Amino acid sequence: MKSLSDLQRIRDEAKKRVSMREGNQEYRIVVGMATCGIAAGARPVLTTLVEEAAKNNYPVTVTQTGCIGMCTLEPIVEVFGPQGDKTTYVLVDSKKAVEILEEHIGKGKVKSEYTVGASGVAL
Amino acid sequence: MMERVHVLVCAGTGCTSSQSDVIVEKFRSYVRQFDLQEEVKVIKTGCFGLCQKGPIVAIHPDKTFYCHVTPADVEEIVVEHLYKGRPVKRLELSDIDEETKEKVFDIDKIRFYAKQMRIALKNCGVINPEDIDEYIAQDGYMALGKVLESMSPQQVIDEIKKSGLRGRGGGGFPTGLKWQFAANQPKGQKYVICNADEGDPGAFMDRSILEGDPHAVLEAMSIAGYAIGANHGYVYIRAEYPIAVERLEIAIGQAKNYGLLGKKILGSKFDFDIEIRLGAGAFVCGEETALIASIEGKRGMPMPKPPFPAISGVWGKPTIINNVETFANVPIILLKGSDWFASIGTEKSKGTKVFALGGKIVNTGLVEIPMGTTLREVIYEIGGGCPGNKNFKAVQTGGPSGGCLTENDLDTPIDFDSLVALGSMMGSGGMIVLDEDNCIVDVARFYMDFIVDESCGKCTPCRVGTKRLLEMLNDVCEGRGSLQTLHDMEDLAHKIKDTSLCGLGQTAPNPVLSTLRLFRDEYLAHVVKKKCPSGVCKSLLTYSIITDKCRKCSLCAKQCPTGAISGVPGKEPYVIDASKCIKCGACMTACRFDAVVRV
Ligand SMILES: Cc1cc2nc3c(=O)[nH]c(=O)nc-3n(C[C@H](O)[C@H](O)[C@H](O)COP(=O)(O)O)c2cc1C
Ligand code: SF4
Ligand code: SF4
Ligand code: FES
Repeated sequence: MKSLSDLQRIRDEAKKRVSMREGNQEYRIVVGMATCGIAAGARPVLTTLVEEAAKNNYPVTVTQTGCIGMCTLEPIVEVFGPQGDKTTYVLVDSKKAVEILEEHIGKGKVKSEYTVGASGVAL
Repeated sequence: MMERVHVLVCAGTGCTSSQSDVIVEKFRSYVRQFDLQEEVKVIKTGCFGLCQKGPIVAIHPDKTFYCHVTPADVEEIVVEHLYKGRPVKRLELSDIDEETKEKVFDIDKIRFYAKQMRIALKNCGVINPEDIDEYIAQDGYMALGKVLESMSPQQVIDEIKKSGLRGRGGGGFPTGLKWQFAANQPKGQKYVICNADEGDPGAFMDRSILEGDPHAVLEAMSIAGYAIGANHGYVYIRAEYPIAVERLEIAIGQAKNYGLLGKKILGSKFDFDIEIRLGAGAFVCGEETALIASIEGKRGMPMPKPPFPAISGVWGKPTIINNVETFANVPIILLKGSDWFASIGTEKSKGTKVFALGGKIVNTGLVEIPMGTTLREVIYEIGGGCPGNKNFKAVQTGGPSGGCLTENDLDTPIDFDSLVALGSMMGSGGMIVLDEDNCIVDVARFYMDFIVDESCGKCTPCRVGTKRLLEMLNDVCEGRGSLQTLHDMEDLAHKIKDTSLCGLGQTAPNPVLSTLRLFRDEYLAHVVKKKCPSGVCKSLLTYSIITDKCRKCSLCAKQCPTGAISGVPGKEPYVIDASKCIKCGACMTACRFDAVVRV
């Protein structure tokens, strides 16, 4: 490396790879990953979320949790906003995950047709 | 491929000695077994400071800290936590919240960490020390870049001066001033040395920094080289620190590959190289003139000062020597500015200090606190106090050169000057807590024993005087001491201080003088009453059986290794023959009726 800007470039790349350790992003996305979630296909959803978020520099921390308690609606993805507001998306697949990131995180708009409210299940 | 979880396993010396290397391997193999290798990255990192609860494993971004992890726990963590997202509560680091009395797992609520402030240790337990990119991701080498691109050497020195940084190796000398002396010398060959000898028994601050964040020290040495006009550096490190040496070698290799060490660094005109020199682990080689002699291949013996190394050091050339922790503060001072650094700490001691907490304390380990934190906060809030509800007796700082502080001193804000005013010193950062079960004479004897082994032998007062002091301490502990012994000890201690050449001899009597002053009663008990109040000095103890309490069960006699106890089961009470008793204490442990006493 020959200059300060070379160093800065390497730093920016390297930062992407470790920034997830801090877990202090604006949004927190939690994927239900108990046996029911995994059986319903939560794992590809989780990896898609991680990949897409990193690719687009979305300010999110993606983590997993155990059973959220609505096994028939798995895979379930919860999005916690900066004010602690929570949106629960249900029956998510990889395609929907990408849309949720684009709309909810990218544009700040809840993707309402995928939410638990739209699923018609009374809680 | 982006991983979603990073598993950070402590690979510091403490955790490695309890199999953290096996734990890393197990994680890697279970992660593969569960086909998670694309999602989970397993990283070896430096010391988290919580060595006593090790091995430590941190899972991010979940911020879960597992302690006392064994290789057998790994499968459960992988299956439950990494696969199914359920943290393994039984292994999680926790604390009891002061107010709600509830168990808390949040790292910011754990008292051990809450009062700490991490500057020198900021990357320890956070990055992989064997991967330069991880250091760079934390703005590593940006200070060097900034300095080379936009600051003159004098501006660098001025910034360090303004920060108020003082040497962390024990003396507390202003770092900027030291650099100025060397910079003022005529142009030509100059050297930068990092002192990683760390000879104080019980101290491991420098080792942990080098194991956890070696690049920070390399970056700082390059900055120092630029500031004083040197292009060669040495890290003088003891061979007993193999993990630190290995990480340093890796770090130097990576920095060279990236052009961050070598010729024309970052396109500037500045060249800098660093070499490792292994020491054999002699305490005296941490003294700067002895260290220089050792680097030159001579026997590690101190030389009179002046000339100071800044004027005439290695190979007779201007040389600055700084401690590992001193260096670890340098890059961040240049990045965040001297004002930021000077805003932390007390009026004359800026920034933080790392301490190795040890002895009779619940949380032994590495702690970094802002200067001005009180001893009470360190010992009780961070350290958790003495285990087993024992009474606090004293805290020893400054190692073999320092002294003790007592209950009365606990509210003193810690800084260089306050500790000296109390008759101890900051030293390099060893902090040993003593409780009621520690005999203060025995503690003084421990340090004197160390000094007698470590004196280089050049000066008679240090070589012979410390040996005589040790013999007198032995006399006190073994019941041969008198009031005259105490008097002679004090007298000799002052003579050794006044007539020794180097810091080792000049400070060696400190533990004796400090304990004689603070715990005179305890010394008196040894020499007048011939008793050791803490029950440590065996020669002063006698074991006996209280006849009234003896149930004639014979348990004690069965345990006695020397047949010193006689009696008849069920008929005659047991008695100890003092001439045969070797004071092992087995009978006292064996007796179920508290009939055996030690006085
Ligand atoms: C007997 C003796 C042992 C010492 N051991 C060390 C040591 O292990 N590490 C250290 O940094 N300084 C040690 N010092 C202090 C060094 O001589 C020197 O003052 C220090 O490395 C300067 O660095 P600093 O200004 O950054 O503290 C020792 C001094 C004496 C007298
Ligand atoms: S004071 Fe002791 S260690 Fe120092 S030079 Fe003299 S003999 Fe050697
Ligand atoms: S202290 Fe040990 S040697 Fe002495 S009487 Fe008891 S068991 Fe025997
Ligand atoms: S060595 Fe692992 S926490 Fe200190």
